[in-house]
Amino acid sequence: MAGPVLEMRSIVKTFPGVKALSDVTLTVREGEVHAICGENGAGKSTLMKVLSGVHPHGSYEGDILFEGEPCEFKDIRASEQRGIVIIHQELALSPFLSLAENIFLGNEHATRGFINWNATLKHATELLRRVGLSDHPDTRVADIGVGKQQLVEIAKALSKKVKLLILDEPTAALNDEDSDKLLDLILELKEQGITSIIISHKLNEIRKVADSVTILRDGRTIETLDVKAEETSEDRIISGMVGRDLEHRFPERTPHQPEEGAAPALEIRNWTVHHPIDQQRKVVDDVSLEVRRGEIVGIAGLMGAGRTELAMSVFGRTYGRHAAGTVLKDGTEIRTKTVPEAVGHGIAYVTEDRKHFGLNLIDTINRNISLSALKKVARRGVVDEHEERQVSERFRKSMNIKAPTVFEPVGKLSGGNQQKVVLSKWIFAGPDVLILDEPTRGIDVGAKYEIYTVIDKLAAEGKAVVFISSELPELLGMCDRIYTMAAGRLTGEFSRAEASQESLMRQMTKDKEVSR
Amino acid sequence: MSSTEVTDKTPAAAPPGKNGAGSGDGLLQLMLDGMRRNMRQYGMLIALGLIVALFAVWTDGDLLLPRNVSNLVLQNSYILILAIGMMLVIIAGHIDLSVGSLTAFVGSMAAVFMVRNDLPWPVAVILCLAVGALAGAIQGWFIAYGGIPSFIVTLAGMLTFRGLTEIFLEGQTLGPFPKGLQTVANGFMPEVGPETNYHNLTLLLGIGLIALVVLQEVRDRRRQKEFDLEVLPAKLFLLKLVALGAAILVVTMLLASYKGAPIVLLILGALLVGFGYVMRNAVIGRHIYAIGGNLPAAKLSGVRDKKVTFLVFLNMGMLAALAGLVFAARFNAASPKAGLNFELEAIAASFIGGASMSGGVGTVLGAIIGGLVLGVLNNGMNLVGIGTDWQQVIKGLVLLAAVGFDVWNKRKSGS
Repeated sequence: MAGPVLEMRSIVKTFPGVKALSDVTLTVREGEVHAICGENGAGKSTLMKVLSGVHPHGSYEGDILFEGEPCEFKDIRASEQRGIVIIHQELALSPFLSLAENIFLGNEHATRGFINWNATLKHATELLRRVGLSDHPDTRVADIGVGKQQLVEIAKALSKKVKLLILDEPTAALNDEDSDKLLDLILELKEQGITSIIISHKLNEIRKVADSVTILRDGRTIETLDVKAEETSEDRIISGMVGRDLEHRFPERTPHQPEEGAAPALEIRNWTVHHPIDQQRKVVDDVSLEVRRGEIVGIAGLMGAGRTELAMSVFGRTYGRHAAGTVLKDGTEIRTKTVPEAVGHGIAYVTEDRKHFGLNLIDTINRNISLSALKKVARRGVVDEHEERQVSERFRKSMNIKAPTVFEPVGKLSGGNQQKVVLSKWIFAGPDVLILDEPTRGIDVGAKYEIYTVIDKLAAEGKAVVFISSELPELLGMCDRIYTMAAGRLTGEFSRAEASQESLMRQMTKDKEVSR
Repeated sequence: MSSTEVTDKTPAAAPPGKNGAGSGDGLLQLMLDGMRRNMRQYGMLIALGLIVALFAVWTDGDLLLPRNVSNLVLQNSYILILAIGMMLVIIAGHIDLSVGSLTAFVGSMAAVFMVRNDLPWPVAVILCLAVGALAGAIQGWFIAYGGIPSFIVTLAGMLTFRGLTEIFLEGQTLGPFPKGLQTVANGFMPEVGPETNYHNLTLLLGIGLIALVVLQEVRDRRRQKEFDLEVLPAKLFLLKLVALGAAILVVTMLLASYKGAPIVLLILGALLVGFGYVMRNAVIGRHIYAIGGNLPAAKLSGVRDKKVTFLVFLNMGMLAALAGLVFAARFNAASPKAGLNFELEAIAASFIGGASMSGGVGTVLGAIIGGLVLGVLNNGMNLVGIGTDWQQVIKGLVLLAAVGFDVWNKRKSGS
């Protein structure tokens, strides 16, 4: 067995207020494919950013040894010179430049500042062939599919004489066929002696390509397993990913008692949505679900499972193309083609990305709260400022928004307080159904508890709540029922009693069976 | 992020209403707090005051002669009208380069209607406003529903309308306009009542305005109390009333000691109050701020962003038409070269008055203040005999300084 090519020892990385990595050790053997898995927020991407110099030496503690020598990378360039290349989740290609130009971007074949096009084209063609692409190097990146773009990224990595290739969720945006191609390529590169680290949620993928797998949880290394060994089953990996206790982090909840014969507050039937650009790809595939008044229903899934896309496409078609399916409110079919229609039918969607989709950061708290239901404080098109201020003062107090006045710009508030403003905004709209997308993302534990209390109160008032989250403990702690999604499909439905972290994670990582 | 800062402030920022009138120290503090919140606008108001004072001294008081104040209003009226519309466009996150050409185009239409075809002037005015609204609507349609960037659409409009103006006028200057229209653009309010040294109707109007403002403020304060909201301490409230009243009185006296208030000033005042109210209190006004501040968030909040954008440009077209009419009537002729660079003056006025390149910020009053800064600079520099060459240099530097100050101020406060 080959010796270690990479050793990361006791890595600690702190962001203001958060310890992202508290003690991570990673050993990768030469010539293997090493998988890293863990829940969202376990620290996988941060670890790879430390390794590749995105977080420079000095901003973390611990040692990195590559090929036996200590490394102190001050930027990505430094790590690339040593042959460590990372391919990020979001592709970093310039869409209107050609494949050849992209492959050698920042690394051009040039003499005295002028590009040697003959050498560029020749080498680009060779590299493209190595990753199995027959497209002409002059093709624009925008004109090829996402799957091929991923391969171009790899060609770009190869041009840098890569020894250790890091792929951060490379198949998250790919369809089955493209995923398979990519995984095969990783195995081929392994034959050629290139070591790879692959971050993935998909256990079947890990089983297909990886030799060993390191499991991270809450910023710590839990264990490293040999994938080829008998005892490493998917269950084994899952229990490593989730194994932790539920503490008393949630308000006491009286479980929901369904009333006899009442129609669900919101029912979605056979909902399918296509990707806005790659229109062949189904991002949400034939999903049906329902939520009743007074009920909190969770949707669990990993990144790219299609949860946000489902919610946003139902909420006024704000995501995707060719949405198909029916939406029923209290048993009658409704139109939700525009946001005003959806809001008019009493549906509210609280976004996961409050800074981009939820708030006008340069405007004040009171104006943000009133925006989605201005009519409530307006007579004949004229806003009554005093009533508006009274309403927002009420929310400032009841939601405990920490700001001296409601005239504070929301951009100055902390994440937790911003989230309370977004929630206030939608509660003020007076909906019957609230879709909450990652309502506790990026906020501290204390604020989380306050948000949970608000959610609990909403349900107690008879509102139907859809709770989308990547954190299983909070779903288990808050929901009456939990659906799981994976790769755009609904893969399971659990009652509060049936659900456990293991059972949910099993369905969340259930990809369609890998062909072949 | 300054979350801790905000939390720290909480105990310090005691609700001002509950401490009663407060000491003089607290009063000052309150005023400073209020000013800091609207740094840009107060900053510019102070700058305007300084510029006025500077030129008043430099010109030995000529700047503030009643006749010159009237002149100042008349000279800048069309830019101020454009600046109001431009402010809305910029708040919505767009730009309009076509307003200078559109001003000339509507002027040429006015000449065609009134000089060539002898239409009665009120009919022609309504037709001209409709033409402007239509022109704005066409551009707005391309921008809002066609998805073409406003910079491009209005650049095309700038060329098109300029060309059309020359076609309609056949390269000639057309005039004169009917007396009635000239009076509207150049004239003053009629004189009534006994002979005093002042213009009676203007005085009456000024006093009426003061009464109205006081009444409105008092009613507002009572309503705030009804809703259990904090109100300004009584002393500060009184100070505010006195300051407002004094400001109106001074301007009134100045105007009344010459020929009275120019009619254009009344139009401008109505526009300022009307648009100020719409932007602050009307649902559509809020929606304009919302789409400029964060378009995706506004969409997800149910704001009909396309319709709002369309209306903003329609409105800009109508205001450009009004400016075109005032300009043509003031010079009593429609000229193919009318309104040259007006769009740039209006844009500069908006930015000096507190607009932000990325949208979502600004007030109608700010646009007026910005326009006045430019206007007083023009007028003052003319009076002291600075040539147009240096005038442009100085105006350019003032624009740079105003926006630079804003950027610096924002960076300092860390937002």
